[in-house]
Amino acid sequence: MRLNRKDLLGLEDIAVDEIKLILDTADSFKEFGSRIIKKVPALRGKTVVNLFYEPSTRTRTSFEIAGKRLSADVVNFSASQSSVGKGETLIDTMKNIEAMQPDLIVVRHGSAGAPHMLARMVECGVINAGDGAHEHPSQALLDMLMIRDVKGRINGLTVAIIGDISHSRVARSNIYGLTRMGARVRVCGPKTMIPAQIERMGVEVFHDVRKAISGVDVIMMLRIQLERQAGALLPSLREYARHFGLTPEIIKAAKPDATILHPGPINRGVEISSEVADCQRSMILNQVTNGVAVRMALLYLLTGGAGDETAD
Amino acid sequence: MKLLIKGGRVIDPAQGIDKPLDVLIEKGRIASLIQPASRVRPAMDKVKTIDATGCIVAPGLIDMHVHFREPGFEHKETIESGCAAAAAGGFTSVCCMANTNPVNDNQAITLMIIAQAQKANGVRVYPIAAATVGQNGEAATEIGELKTAGAVALSDDGNEIRNSQVARLVLEYASMFDMPVILHCEDMYLSQGGQVNEGFVSTELGLPGIPNAAEESMVARNLILAEMTGAPIHIAHVSTAGSVDLIRWAKARDVRVTAEATPHHLTLTEKAVRGYNTQCKMSPPLRSEQDRIAVLTGLADGTIDAVATDHAPHDDRLKIVEFDKAANGVIGLETALGLMLRLVRQGQLDLPTLIQRMSTAPARIMGLPGGSLAVDQPADVVVFDPEQEWTVDAMCLRSRSHNTPFDGWSLPGVIKATIVNGRIVHSG
Ligand SMILES: [Zn+2]
Repeated sequence: MRLNRKDLLGLEDIAVDEIKLILDTADSFKEFGSRIIKKVPALRGKTVVNLFYEPSTRTRTSFEIAGKRLSADVVNFSASQSSVGKGETLIDTMKNIEAMQPDLIVVRHGSAGAPHMLARMVECGVINAGDGAHEHPSQALLDMLMIRDVKGRINGLTVAIIGDISHSRVARSNIYGLTRMGARVRVCGPKTMIPAQIERMGVEVFHDVRKAISGVDVIMMLRIQLERQAGALLPSLREYARHFGLTPEIIKAAKPDATILHPGPINRGVEISSEVADCQRSMILNQVTNGVAVRMALLYLLTGGAGDETAD
Repeated sequence: MKLLIKGGRVIDPAQGIDKPLDVLIEKGRIASLIQPASRVRPAMDKVKTIDATGCIVAPGLIDMHVHFREPGFEHKETIESGCAAAAAGGFTSVCCMANTNPVNDNQAITLMIIAQAQKANGVRVYPIAAATVGQNGEAATEIGELKTAGAVALSDDGNEIRNSQVARLVLEYASMFDMPVILHCEDMYLSQGGQVNEGFVSTELGLPGIPNAAEESMVARNLILAEMTGAPIHIAHVSTAGSVDLIRWAKARDVRVTAEATPHHLTLTEKAVRGYNTQCKMSPPLRSEQDRIAVLTGLADGTIDAVATDHAPHDDRLKIVEFDKAANGVIGLETALGLMLRLVRQGQLDLPTLIQRMSTAPARIMGLPGGSLAVDQPADVVVFDPEQEWTVDAMCLRSRSHNTPFDGWSLPGVIKATIVNGRIVHSG
């Protein structure tokens, strides 16, 4: 079994069957995490390069563990130890890495579209591990896996995504993936954080959290980037917390069984209060566990899995 | 020597001519336009003949907005390579913007550009000097002296003149010297960090957008300053429907304003950027289809006076990079006529209007010779076959840079001859 594509750059052009295949494969990988020996030989002899131009301990570690559990050789290459500081261009770096003949490159980059440029230039597969404010497909897939775990389905659910939609790659990937799977998606945030014509992506726009979460099955909170937004898009973080933060009081507007997701790391007291973050409905830590399974599935499906399993 | 351009269809909007005529050139000037049936023929032994059968014979194209990167960025373009590209595209005159390094804000640079142009192929090069020192928007340049040195207009193109008081001063002062002021209209606060047009495409791509208002608010301010001062202004690279409306409004009030649009804004929309194509990254950004149509309508009805390429060469180092790190700009001299002829084919524009917008009008706006085939005018002529197609190969263009979104496009309009001052500077 494999995905009929070279790269996973985003969920914009992904098909329902592909999403199902990824989620089902991830399901079957989940149990490895609880085994005593957490390793299968599926990707033995394959090389996966984690090319991270932005620091991201979570995503990088998640891909690294995923690769190692499948017995791939995982090489981490982060911008700080590379020659980027010496003025080497992305293309130069890429050509060097490609000369090492990896089977897959997992790339995180601050510039939207950088993985697309790489995918055009290299023969091997490329997974987008987050590009600027564009997409973060593996995060959205793990969110979808989480939703499916808790709710048993995605089709027919209503999901509210709350926060800085403009700058959120997580939001874009989730909008594509969730709507493709038949969910209704609402986005909510201050007007300064809602990008132009987003309703054309098939979402409903709200500026009032209470209204946005009323009746929804899933609430997905986004991380407010403290360094960037204060000042530029908001009068103050305090103002944001008061009007858009998820508090025990606000959350009463949602269904009693509404699931709460957050891609992490959370800013306690800003977009989400501690009480809500740590409550039973919060799946924030379970998301991390699912992240490894989804990434195992992606590595497995994009490399074609083990040699003897690729006959089809 | 005499030159006879024989058998072509002569289009000279300045004289309202559109018919089969032979053009006789003598001593660098248009000597006569001869009826094809006429018995009066120059003695053939002393005449070089260009067979223009099936071709358009028109006043040489004039590009009032190019960036030749000399001095400072000669690896991208030199005046010589830029002139070769111009001639290959049918242009007999170009006006080059001041954002060189150092900036053309003093007579030494202006004189140097003119001197370099004299060593090139003969295409006429007219320097546009900076409107403010260092293009910093703070203090006006020595406009009188720049004019004396040979600058034909003033512009901080690439930057707006942010301070309205400075803009007013430049307009008032320049008008004493009959120097048009070319204005790059962009509110840099509104466009700050922007990579593409603000709209659905910017949302999809996750790239910061540049709203139409960034251009239109500055167009509005500049029109109001032009009305107040009575000084002539020229709006560079108009890209939005709102700007066209504002210019139409100002013209109805007899404000002395002219405007230009580029072939790429008339041809492409923001959708071309999908896939993060850095060759489509430009300032102002490619806009929506509605904007494109509005600009094209403005060009057809005369609200937009001229076509200018904004020829902006950049090397691969600045284009084959992450989208947000890529430089703005696209080369245009060799594809301009073809792209405009496509619009003629689509019925958006007729040929005489096209020639008017690409030759007659820019000559008038900038006060340059050319733009007409009237007898005794300098013999600046372009001969092209409007039907014959050619395929753009970015690597084969004469420009030293290859940054074009039109690589691989098939375009109509093969240049048979570009003639400056009676001398053939390009033949195809
Ligand atoms: Zn320009």
